Order: sequence, then C-alpha cells, then structure tokens
Amino acid sequence: MEDDIRELYQEVILDHGKNPRNFRHPEDATCEANGNNPLCGDRLTVFVKVGEDESIEDAAFEGRGCAISVASASMMTDIVRGKKVVEVDALFDTFHKMCMGEEIGETPAEFEDDLDKLMVLSGVKQFPMRVKCATLAWHTMNAAVHGDSAASTE
Amino acid sequence: MTAATTVLKPDTSSSYDVAAIRADFPALSLEINGYPHAFLDSGASAQKPNQVLERMDQAYRSEYANVHRGAYTLSQLATDNYENARSTVAKFMNAKTPDEIIFTRNVTAAINLVAHSYGREFLSAGDEIIISHMEHHANIVPWQLLRDAIGIEIKVAPVDDAGNFLMDEFEKLLNPKTKLVAITQVSNVLGTIVPIKEVVRLAHDQDAHVLIDGAQGIVHEGVDVQDLDADFYAFTGHKLYGPTGIGVLWGKLDLLNKMPPYQGGGDMIENVTFEKTTYRDAPARFEAGTPPIVEAVGLAAAIDYVSIIGLTNIAAHEQSLLAYANDKLATIEGLTIIGQADNKAGIISFMLGDIHSHDIGTIIDARGVAVRAGHHCAQPLMDRYGVAATARASFGLYSNKSDIDQLVDALNYVKEIFG
Ligand SMILES: Cc1ncc(COP(=O)(O)O)c(C=O)c1O
Repeated sequence: MEDDIRELYQEVILDHGKNPRNFRHPEDATCEANGNNPLCGDRLTVFVKVGEDESIEDAAFEGRGCAISVASASMMTDIVRGKKVVEVDALFDTFHKMCMGEEIGETPAEFEDDLDKLMVLSGVKQFPMRVKCATLAWHTMNAAVHGDSAASTE
Repeated sequence: MTAATTVLKPDTSSSYDVAAIRADFPALSLEINGYPHAFLDSGASAQKPNQVLERMDQAYRSEYANVHRGAYTLSQLATDNYENARSTVAKFMNAKTPDEIIFTRNVTAAINLVAHSYGREFLSAGDEIIISHMEHHANIVPWQLLRDAIGIEIKVAPVDDAGNFLMDEFEKLLNPKTKLVAITQVSNVLGTIVPIKEVVRLAHDQDAHVLIDGAQGIVHEGVDVQDLDADFYAFTGHKLYGPTGIGVLWGKLDLLNKMPPYQGGGDMIENVTFEKTTYRDAPARFEAGTPPIVEAVGLAAAIDYVSIIGLTNIAAHEQSLLAYANDKLATIEGLTIIGQADNKAGIISFMLGDIHSHDIGTIIDARGVAVRAGHHCAQPLMDRYGVAATARASFGLYSNKSDIDQLVDALNYVKEIFG
C-alpha cells in the first residue's frame, strides 16, 4: 500500500500540484466550462482557445482541488496545446482507460510521448475513489470544447 | 417467548475501560493495509458492537414477522419488540410518552417530514425561519424546498471565527414573523456545542417553534426533551452505534397530532373509503408502510449499550481524548484546527498546510487511519471559513489515545511525502 502511495504521489505530480502550469484566465479563450466534483467540493474552470482549424491554441485553468486533480489539469493544459479537438478526444479516451486500469490497446505513434507523461497519473487506478480527481480536468475540457458549460464527475 | 428489554443501570464508576469496550466492536480489530484500524470517522457513522449485531441477528432468525398485522405468535413478538424499542427510545430522551417517538429512515427523513407536514400546515408566505451557519445540508435543503414551494424566508444565525454560536446575533434575528428555529445541537464539522436550551427559551419568547438536529448531539451529549422543551428533536440511529435505515423524530404530542400525514399508505389510517380517509394519531400517522422493524430492535440494543456505559462517562472520555488530541496535533507544524469553540464535542476539523484533505485521507489510509475528507455536507460553513474541504477526525465511545497517536504519525508521513 505504501508503495502504491509513493507511486501515486510521484515527484512530478507533487511538482505540478504545487506549481501548476497554465494556471490563469486567458482573455481570448473561445470556450470555458466549470468542473465540479460534488463529493469533495473540488472546482475547476478550464479555458480553451480553439482556432479556425479546430486546433487548440491555448488551454488554461483556475480553481482548487487536491494534488491529483490540480496536477492532472496542469499536465493536460500543457499536453493538449497544438492538438486538434478530435485528437484530444481520443487522448482523453485513452487516458480515462489508463486511470481505470483498463486495456488501452494500440496507441497512435504521435501520442506516445504524451501518454508516457500522463502515465504518472495512472497510479490512481489503485485508488478507485480518486479516479475522478485525475479525470475532472479532462471531463471539464471535454465539456468546454463540445459546448457544455459544466461538467460533473457524478 | 418474550424478548426481554433489559433495564440496565448506568455505570457511574470513574474508570472507563476502553479496552473492554473496544473488544465489543469487531470492526476495530481489523487490520487495515497492514496497520491496526484507527477508526476516526464515527461522526459520519459509528461502528457497531456485538450486542447490536447479535440482537438484530436473533430478531431476524427467530423473532421476525411483519408488525401490527398478524394474530400469530411471531407477529405479536415482532410487534412487541418494535413497540418496546419505541419505549426504549422514549426513555432515553425522557419523552413524556412513546407516542411522541416516530421512527423514520434517518435524521434527514425526520427533518423532511417536519418540513412537509408541519411546514405546509403551520407556515405560509412571508413567515421566517432561522437556521444557523453550521447546519448540515440535511437541515438546510428541506427548508429551501419549502421556501420555493410556499415562499417562507430563511434567516441564518452566524458563528464567530472560532466557531462559537453567536447568541446575541441569533436573538436579533428573532421577530414576530419567526415561526420556526431549526438548529443543530452539535456541529458535525466544528464540534461546536450549541447552547440549545437558551435557543429554545429565546425562540419560545417569540412564540416560534424549535427543531433540534440531534444527529451529533444525541451521541456526544444526549438529550432530555422535557427539560429542553424544544418542539421537535431528530436523530439518526447509525451514528449512535445502531444500524443504518432508522432515525427518530420526537415531537410534542399535541403538535404532532395537529400535523397532516407526510406519506400515505398502510398502517397510518383509521378508515379508508374511496371518498374519505381518516388518519390515526401519532406515531402511526407518520409511519406509513412496513417500518424498519429489526432496525428499531437494533437501535434499542444500541441505546441499551450506550446507557450501560453512561452518556456522562462517554462525554468525559471524549473530552479527555479531545484535550489529548489538541496537544498532540499542536506538535505538527502547519496544522490548523478549524473550530475552536469554547464548548466542543469530540470532533476535530483541520487543515495541514496547503495539502488537500483528500490527499491526506488517501495517504493516512495507507497507515490504517480513517478520517473524513471533504465538505462534510456543510458547504455554506466551508465557505464561511474560506476552505473547500477539511479533514475531520471524530471520536466515538471506543476511541483511544493510540488512535490519535497513529493519526499523528500518519500526518507526519503525509508531510514527508509532500516534502
Ligand atoms: C448534524 C448532522 N445532521 C444531519 C446528518 C444527516 O444524517 P443522516 O444521513 O443519517 O440523515 C448528519 C450526518 O451526516 C449530521 O452530522
């Protein structure tokens, strides 16, 4: 169990949790959504700037949450920048499976680096109660780019 | 075959044998993730002693049938058990008569019953009710639903930064429009013990009724409803070492009998024709359908158990643990306790630097320690203190110093991980 804890709270996660990247409110965001984990009261707002060609030009977030949810939002906003919305949808799908401890199957070569980075969050699979923390930011971004104003992990 | 309700005298001796008490609770001897089980979440729900588990087992095995219906032996026995449980509860709260005891599903259901039945009969648009800033969602949302339905106004009595209930401010909110005061006896987050007797006196001076949410209070303080003189008092069985699925609404009998039924069905009627139905008096009026029969028996067993140990002894034990925990937790740098009221029950909410309570909860679980993390169903109170969540350790009659030592060690482990 303590090994699982160490695996979950890796240096990278603690660093992103303490010094989140893209923690800001971009004025030129084209869409945003509020994410809410009703169980623990964590709240995030994700801001995304989607360009003409359906690619994500900027992603950022604000809010408060546990180390896992903040680290996840921080990493996500780094990773999705420059990607097409459809690519991000596919990445979310794979990431979600990773957190659930499900088989992720073949991954397109261009995602390999990103998935390697996101792998540090897969430690949540040992903690079913915490999967929602790792996926909250992604659910919220998904809601933002697909035109919903709110996402909830319930 | 009779199910004897043992009448046991409270033990007033000063020695509190916590080891012997712990031996009654199978869940406390579990090993959790390789560590002894340090269960510090009794405020959410308490563990159950063998006395309750065995009593319920027996009630299902050899005393079970539906109540109030059959003319046969087991049905009579089950009915006697159920009604004896009502008497046990009545005695425990010092109610005038068992007829004042209504069994519900939990305290939430009890408060909703009052909001619906009393609320729609006695309150109307423009009337005011007062709650406090410390209420559990169970004592907020039913009143908001009522407000949206009939247009009452909800006023909120404040607490100070330490978590003390501000009696002066409460008094200022009272006015001739105030019809009901609905307030908790003990805060499930801050541990604050509210001087409810004074609240009742002030409210009655304005002819307002009073409902007390005793979910935490019944466990940490107990209640004498005649001395308190409130109009309603609600509590939940599972926090009192009893089973889930049962709660209690106590109300003054004449008031209860002026209230319309909340739910309709079997057992609550006097006479039914398709044109008109007449209702029985309390408590039957408010117990439509098959009640929580075995849960009532379990609750009575829990009350017997608590009564043998003695509520005063339990409270004294919790106070000594609270003092011990306050001292020990003070040694952890960066730890702040939210809720430092002058008069507190065995509940400690805390923050550890900027480490989120969920991270704390997950990490200390790896060391066998169970605490609650989150908003504790009291979001307005969290907002009052500017926090999204806290970690909360809460004591039961079985908690001991080792639990607290284990908590302190585990919190140091959290700090080690967060560096
Ligand atoms: C003060 C208070 N009121 C109400 C409740 C709700 O209890 P229940 O869920 O059993 O209805 C709780 C417990 O969570 C509580 O602590």
